[in-house]
Amino acid sequence: MTQSTLDTVRTEDVKIKAPGRHATPVVIQPSHGWSALGLREMWHYRELMYFMIWRDIKVRYKQTALGASWAILQPFLTMVVFSLFFGRLAGIPSDGVPYPIFSYTALVPWTFFANGLTLASNSLVNSANLLSKVYFPRLIVPTATILSGIVDFALAFVVLAGMMLVYGIAPTINLLWLPLFMLLALITALGAGLWLSALNVKFRDVKYVVPFLTQLWMFLTPIAYPSTMLPEPWRTLYGLNPMAGVIEGFRWALLGTQMTVGPMIFLSAVAAVILLITGAIYFRRMEKTFADVV
Amino acid sequence: MSDFVIQTEHLGKLYQIATGQARYNTLRESVTGMLMAPARKLRRNNGSDTRDMLWALKDVSFEVNRGEVVGIIGRNGAGKSTLLKLLSRITEPTEGRAIVYGRVGSLLEVGTGFHPELTGRENVYLSGAILGMHRHEIDRRFDQIVEFSEISRFLDMPVKRYSSGMYVRLAFAVAAYMEPDILLVDEVLAVGDIAFQQKCLKHMQGLTQSGMTILMVSHSMAAIQSSCQRAIMLQHGHIAADGNTLDVIDQFRKALKAAEEYPAAALRPAGETGTAKVAITNFDMFGADGESKREFKFDEPIRIRIELMAHERVECPMINFGIKRGDGVIINNFNNWYDNFRIDYIEGPCVMEGWLPPLRLVPEFYEIHVLVWPWGGGHLAGDLSRAFPIAAVTYGDFHISGPGLNTHDGVYQTPALKWQFQRGATTVNYDAMTSTSIYDAFQETEPEDIQND
Repeated sequence: MTQSTLDTVRTEDVKIKAPGRHATPVVIQPSHGWSALGLREMWHYRELMYFMIWRDIKVRYKQTALGASWAILQPFLTMVVFSLFFGRLAGIPSDGVPYPIFSYTALVPWTFFANGLTLASNSLVNSANLLSKVYFPRLIVPTATILSGIVDFALAFVVLAGMMLVYGIAPTINLLWLPLFMLLALITALGAGLWLSALNVKFRDVKYVVPFLTQLWMFLTPIAYPSTMLPEPWRTLYGLNPMAGVIEGFRWALLGTQMTVGPMIFLSAVAAVILLITGAIYFRRMEKTFADVV
Repeated sequence: MSDFVIQTEHLGKLYQIATGQARYNTLRESVTGMLMAPARKLRRNNGSDTRDMLWALKDVSFEVNRGEVVGIIGRNGAGKSTLLKLLSRITEPTEGRAIVYGRVGSLLEVGTGFHPELTGRENVYLSGAILGMHRHEIDRRFDQIVEFSEISRFLDMPVKRYSSGMYVRLAFAVAAYMEPDILLVDEVLAVGDIAFQQKCLKHMQGLTQSGMTILMVSHSMAAIQSSCQRAIMLQHGHIAADGNTLDVIDQFRKALKAAEEYPAAALRPAGETGTAKVAITNFDMFGADGESKREFKFDEPIRIRIELMAHERVECPMINFGIKRGDGVIINNFNNWYDNFRIDYIEGPCVMEGWLPPLRLVPEFYEIHVLVWPWGGGHLAGDLSRAFPIAAVTYGDFHISGPGLNTHDGVYQTPALKWQFQRGATTVNYDAMTSTSIYDAFQETEPEDIQND
């Protein structure tokens, strides 16, 4: 009787490509030891990465009164406070450039890093619903979150360019190195972000650790003060904090500060790459339990 | 060599059962856990710690050929959903392996990846990408998706302003048009209003006839029977039967009848701990013939009998038999309090029996939830949602049999009290209640009925 409602099915609008045997078989089995990073699969899912970045950018400042100006206000207001207290009152040296632009040049990459780290560490937990319903390379989630911060970075950078104009600072040929320092900031944020996001799935303590960590890390990074305050060899060893290398690199490339940054940045690059590789390995090891634990 | 697209070999998944309130770990627990690890390992060697571990799936081997539509049946907790999760790679198996050819899509949950702040149009692309579609594929199907979802007017509105019906329609449309090589379906989707449900069912039916390989989990035997040529029955994580759908469903029914004894775990009281005042110690169901059974005819009266052990005196208890369909739809509740049958108190061993009227439920699997409430606790106002039962046990799976009807007809079928028809001076009165039951009517006219349609 009621079968009739189901009988009149038109099949013409449902055409299925038969999967050929040539289709690469996917083998689902327990992974042991050091699993591969699965970069090829990441490439296969690059469109999803694109969509996730696009989503994060679109959604970031929805229903905020000031919208994308937050991207500029955050580093700019911090710069104002730093200039008043550290520059004026405490009289902290600034490598021969005006203190406001000295600190703002550091705050632009730092804000990118700190926001990226905070958002990335919560990214997996926030997409718990996705993780337990659909398969895709989990690395996409924190990676897309950090990459979407580049838009904010670009906005804040425009203000930086304006400030350079106002202060009459002409960029040197060193400017060509800037993308590399940006990449270094990206690698550092991603490395730390992978560690924290994967840890957060299992240990929600991370949620409380992250604000504290970024604050501490900020004071351990030459943002309000120059690393030239340190004597050698400590100044070079300072590069073990990859963000120290990033920030001194930014100042060197944009403001033409007279410090020899080479060894320090080399050390930072090594530290950042180690952070990224270990983070990726830990992430991949924990990945298989995400859906069960989150 | 057969033309299989899914092959599993000794697939198994071990779950750690969360004990108590420990929903997620904290570092402190982990550290103490590490310190306690040697002691725990010792205990595990003694074999006493295995109660915290559960093989949701164990030693599952089967092959699915291209174009097959396979139904997966079994009681709650038999491992059906775990199997789909493994095949869709959401979680990793503990042992064994599965080889899958082609793209796997799942309708495990519609609306996955929707973001409330984005518009309908944007969400189609986002959700499509998350489900594994390429941009050009979504472009190509975009119009079909929109047409299917019937929300074209609201396409550029953020989905957080959608009604829940619109949201679900759009979400289902995206999932429905993803066209994977292998489709995994958990519970046939009944979303939106009746007209849209029919559309979804038609679409599913179309898919099953289109040569797509489909694995379908459902509690609805009607859905399995109408879509699948083959069924796999899971029991405690193992494959208990695999073959022709009708045979496997038959075996499933037999297995239910055989399962008269409930595991001790199911008889535990539902209180937070073991300190509950009342325990339900036994449960049984009887048919019209007075026999203990789990398979009932469409219009057969059912008698439910429970045995209680009240460790303390409980005044004015309320004893409730709730009936739920296999897919979670609550049918109704039988309750001594509602029927004005007051019991002054329970203490020590007690027995409660309830004679249910012919429920006329459509043929399907159902479960009984037995609940005992004390006096007070919110039920005075008739609102039970905030009350805490002192004993609650679910007795899964009894079956109503009968031809002709299925869940597409609704929950139950009951005759009208009376019919009257007028044509000119002729008036015909018909008192349906005195006639033969609809169940008999189906049996008499079944062959022609189906053919005429």
